[in-house]
Amino acid sequence: MRFNFSPARCWAVLTKEFVQMRRDRLTFAMMVGVPIMQLILFGFAINSDPKALPTAVLAADNSIYARTLVRAIENSGYFRVVQELTSEAEADRALAMGSVQFVITIPENFARKLERGERPVLLVEADATDPAATSNAIAALLTINQAALNRDLQGVLQGLQYQPPAFEMRVQRRYNPEGITQYNIVPGLIGVVLTMTMVMMTSLAVTREYERGTMENLLATPVRPIEVMAGKIVPYIIVGYIQVSVILLAAKLLFAVPMLGSLALLSFVLILFIAANLAIGYTFSTLAKSQMQAMQMTFFFFLPSMLLSGFMFPFRGMPQWAQWLGEILPLTHFLRIVRGILLKGNGMAEVFQNAWPIGLFLLIAGTLALTRYRETLD
Amino acid sequence: MSDVAVIDVEGLTKTFGGRRVVDDFGIRVERGQIFGFLGPNGSGKTTTIRMLCGLLTPDSGRGTCLGHDIIRESALIKRQVGYMTQRFSLYEDLSIRENLDFIARIYAVPNREHAVGEALDRLGLTKRSAQLAGHLSGGWKQRLALAACLLHDPKLLLLDEPTAGVDPNARREFWNHIHRLAADGITVLVSTHYMDEAERCHRLAYIAYGKLLITGTAAEVIAHSKLTTWSVSGPDLFGLAAELRSVPAITMVVPFGSTLHVSGTDAPALDAALGHFRARPGTVWTPAEPSLEDVFIRMMDEAPDNFNA
Ligand SMILES: Nc1ncnc2c1ncn2[C@@H]1O[C@H](COP(=O)(O)OP(=O)(O)OP(=O)(O)O)[C@@H](O)[C@H]1O
Ligand SMILES: [Mg+2]
Repeated sequence: MRFNFSPARCWAVLTKEFVQMRRDRLTFAMMVGVPIMQLILFGFAINSDPKALPTAVLAADNSIYARTLVRAIENSGYFRVVQELTSEAEADRALAMGSVQFVITIPENFARKLERGERPVLLVEADATDPAATSNAIAALLTINQAALNRDLQGVLQGLQYQPPAFEMRVQRRYNPEGITQYNIVPGLIGVVLTMTMVMMTSLAVTREYERGTMENLLATPVRPIEVMAGKIVPYIIVGYIQVSVILLAAKLLFAVPMLGSLALLSFVLILFIAANLAIGYTFSTLAKSQMQAMQMTFFFFLPSMLLSGFMFPFRGMPQWAQWLGEILPLTHFLRIVRGILLKGNGMAEVFQNAWPIGLFLLIAGTLALTRYRETLD
Repeated sequence: MSDVAVIDVEGLTKTFGGRRVVDDFGIRVERGQIFGFLGPNGSGKTTTIRMLCGLLTPDSGRGTCLGHDIIRESALIKRQVGYMTQRFSLYEDLSIRENLDFIARIYAVPNREHAVGEALDRLGLTKRSAQLAGHLSGGWKQRLALAACLLHDPKLLLLDEPTAGVDPNARREFWNHIHRLAADGITVLVSTHYMDEAERCHRLAYIAYGKLLITGTAAEVIAHSKLTTWSVSGPDLFGLAAELRSVPAITMVVPFGSTLHVSGTDAPALDAALGHFRARPGTVWTPAEPSLEDVFIRMMDEAPDNFNA
């Protein structure tokens, strides 16, 4: 067969392609916008070596040794004391809530035991649900040793300056003692999968009606916007629940992920999270002029959700501005909720503080979607 | 009851991107009438129909449809109107039955299964009811769409080129059906480009470049045009047509099968101008009734093109 290539025909296709590209402003903007967003997120926001992690101190002993050690821990750069606690119950709660990553407990009579050479225990409890967020900090902790105390051990205590160390640093990885990454990833996957499918499916739902011309027929019928919205959303809520069930089952059977908390509570919060994603998807679908644009908007929402929510990279490793952005996203809060329920056994009280931001997001996105839905073709 | 206006609108105006697509439009359509809506492509027929059923909000103008205000009460109007869109707008990925079922549910048609079954029977599609609507041929899609918009027993039918691409047999059936419905008191507004269909309407409206040019019965429209038409046959009609077009008294020369229709608005002047053409050997001249087509082509030529102004 003769090689048959007509540059003129190829040129015709090429110019047509450029004209179409220029017509679709949003696509054009995305082609420029997505690389910039990725550059900023990966370049500035993401940091897999989080420092200055919020730490609470439960000091039953306020001796000079204790203070020196806490200062040394802070000086490593990985810890930032943000709270003084007074009881173990408070410590448990702070870790469960996630308001601190570490709790340092200085036991009673720390100084006396130290001076007597009884090697008291300095307990550091870490919220290890995300092993990546704490591993470097814990490694740093173990290098803080004797040297830190030597300056305080003078005179008769000089003998304690030498081996073995005068105290024992004991690190307890709470919630995920073996540091199994899957324990953190698999529950988080519930949120990621839901975000992607829910936003994408609904964003296509209304756009498809416009693109195929069926909207004209639908609008000419007595059907109300709220009826269309509810009718389009409910099927995907069911799809969402099926997805969650599949992931939970796999989590249990394949990865033996612990499930300490109440699954009933989880499925209750799920409604809120799914609804929030559907609402944003629905908003996209009223903004997009084609299914292609709807897909792009979904991607534009999904990318920061993956990167800024704490799913792929530790949330506390990000700069403040990125954390604020992350706090807006429903996925950020849902990850905390699902990890809290499954790994920490959290209940209603701890869940609520992350549930209301999702609720607020739902309210705003839902209102936007309803006001954007046009009842005419104007 | 025939004095009840089902559609009564005036001053309807719609602008798209600075262009007046519909300009000061007003009609009255009485109950049980079949009202034909004609005009060249892009003249604003679809836009007008969309304003009547609340799909587009007019920039100005007012009126009622089935006694309800077209601007404030479009929700009430939608319930009693059957609108057939110009472009197929049922779901191609649903089967024929599923489409009808969906529409019947939306309108809360009583005794739904029966109604859908009957519609399928009437269409003759009962055996193919499980077929996807997207796999139907163009004409069948039209027929399905018509069946769908009749499901809820509407009082007013707005049909936007319902027979485009439909074969002659099915078109005749369709028009018989429309006349039956009209006899039962249903009002029909139908847009079309077919002259034979225009002649089957009780009344006509002709719109060009967004402006309503004339309304009336077919006979009234023809009479109003004051056209006098001659039909000519003979050798080299093509060459003859070119010659005739350069004569000032002749306003229009249109090929019509194996003849030419030669028209003018001033009968004596036309007669005089045709004098020496009549003497051509082989040509046969006969007086003809101007057709609706002649009239409409004439009106379109005359209408000021405000789109390009
Ligand atoms: N959504 C829109 N945006 C901009 N212009 C529009 C829109 N809809 C219609 N138009 C313009 O309005 C004019 C009238 O269109 P319309 O569809 O009403 O014509 P029509 O009489 O139905 O034509 P046809 O016989 O081809 O169906 C056209 O020039 C069209 O380009
Ligand atoms: Mg049209």
